[in-house]
Amino acid sequence: MKSDRRTLLAASLAAIAAAACEKTARVAAEPGARALGDGRRAYGERSPFERAERAFRQSNTPATSSSRTPLQDTYGIVTPSSLHFERHHSGVPRIDPSQHQLLIHGLVDRPVSFRLDDLHRFRSVSRIHFVECAGNSGREQAGRPGEDPQKSHGLASCSEWTGVPLSVVLQEAGLKPTASWVVAEGADASRHSRSIPIAKALDDVIVAYGQNGEAVRPEQGYPLRLLVPGWEGNMNVKWLHRLEVADEPAMSKDEAASYTDLMPAGKAWRFSFVLDAKSVVTRPAGGQRLPGPGLHEIQGLAWSGRGRISRVDVSTDDERSWQQATLQDPVLPKAFTRFRLPWTWSGAATTLRSRCADETGYVQPTREEIVAVRGLHEGPDGFDHYNGMKIWRVEADGRVTHV
Amino acid sequence: MFSLLLILLAASAGTSPTPTRPETRIGRVASEQEIQAASLNVFPSGKGLPAGKGTARQGKLVYDARCAECHGPRGEGKDPYPPLAGGVGSLATDHPLPTVNAYWPYATSVWDYVRRAMPYEHPGTLTADQVYSVTGFILSLDRIVAEDEVLDRESLPRVQMPNRDGFIPDPRPPDLPSGAPGRGR
Repeated sequence: MKSDRRTLLAASLAAIAAAACEKTARVAAEPGARALGDGRRAYGERSPFERAERAFRQSNTPATSSSRTPLQDTYGIVTPSSLHFERHHSGVPRIDPSQHQLLIHGLVDRPVSFRLDDLHRFRSVSRIHFVECAGNSGREQAGRPGEDPQKSHGLASCSEWTGVPLSVVLQEAGLKPTASWVVAEGADASRHSRSIPIAKALDDVIVAYGQNGEAVRPEQGYPLRLLVPGWEGNMNVKWLHRLEVADEPAMSKDEAASYTDLMPAGKAWRFSFVLDAKSVVTRPAGGQRLPGPGLHEIQGLAWSGRGRISRVDVSTDDERSWQQATLQDPVLPKAFTRFRLPWTWSGAATTLRSRCADETGYVQPTREEIVAVRGLHEGPDGFDHYNGMKIWRVEADGRVTHV
Repeated sequence: MFSLLLILLAASAGTSPTPTRPETRIGRVASEQEIQAASLNVFPSGKGLPAGKGTARQGKLVYDARCAECHGPRGEGKDPYPPLAGGVGSLATDHPLPTVNAYWPYATSVWDYVRRAMPYEHPGTLTADQVYSVTGFILSLDRIVAEDEVLDRESLPRVQMPNRDGFIPDPRPPDLPSGAPGRGR
């Protein structure tokens, strides 16, 4: 089914391209003549010449799998919704918003159920935040580095999210004094569930129905999802339909076992909710080729779950020196921040790497520093919460590869 | 704060103790019946576990029919389906095997996940009795429970998983040498 669609898509792209060529040929035959362009369309599509895509490997269990954002092909700090990374545990449910409800119960004064229309009546907020899977770039820790930014760091994306502050709907239900956790559940087939400490729930969590100016995409949780700024992606429960306020965490699979980090001595860190500062050079980066020596702009993305990015340094000479990169406005808390640095390449082989810091003073570590503390023992789902520096190698012929 | 105010207002007006709607009148009061029907959460304390019971011996029949095809006849796993059993005592060695039995701290988490998400292609199709018994079968593969031990809402939370005390709060970032400017770089 999927491959049929892809074939069809490829065929239609080819047809469009062929038509464009014919048009060009006709115009060329009559000097000065210009053909009219295409007409209007009710819902826009990108140019057929654009090819950036999410990437995923074939799987026998496609309903529980992921796809990655082509970070190297994006501009600015907002990821196009069509390219936002995906991670599903039991497929993307098709939900009729007129039937969807959000139930809030447990340690509240008034158990309450909201329809989408109800939620639209509350005051709304719109904020730009990244969402990142805790496992993003974990293979770098394992020593199996990704060949390009999409493969190494593509389980992160950034959108403008619109919705109701979770604090507003919780206050509407009325929290009892013993309320200390909120257990969120999605309407996907396997009823994904995560527990969120009440302090975070009342801080900056959003019950989001909007993404980049339109309804949240199905793959991102249509019609309603939690957006838990700066915390591991798995807690940002998609297809949100139920919140239970409790005095203990549920210790669902994804907080009791998955998303814990097994240390060399055999104990595991748990409740590693916050995603630490991370950065990656997206251009020039693995899979790309420099056309020749001379001026190039180094670009990349940095983000921190603890606040704003305060500084990014780039080394183009195997760490002998660092240069401070320019941060592109706006620099927002818990959001992608784009950095740039002009670079004159001599044509000699070298390496490129970035190192970011956030407003708490935290500085992105190296892989060696992380491995020295956390070791190389994989937990139940590999390595999570890895945020080490990423190094690209520039060959003398201009090819860029991973180290 | 707002709700506290409402409670005080309600109390001073001498109204009935039934839940009152806030002035916004947004949303609908949910009934106890509706909440019971929707609520799936099971907590380590046992809160949320439904009636029902089962033993590992009964669970083997469920496991063989519904689970073994992916997870193997003895819970050994088959990529991409993870192993459920084995590896107990391996976590501090050079070759840790963090299976369900070796790693998960609470039997209630196993019960909750099986009811929510398993079998992978048909979640939500196991009865409470089947979930109790098949949880028992998985745990019995590493002798965490005996073959004829009855698991129910009382006994399941008392099951001691081998790695119950294997977790510590995440110490980041202070314990991570981050190379911060003030810390030596």
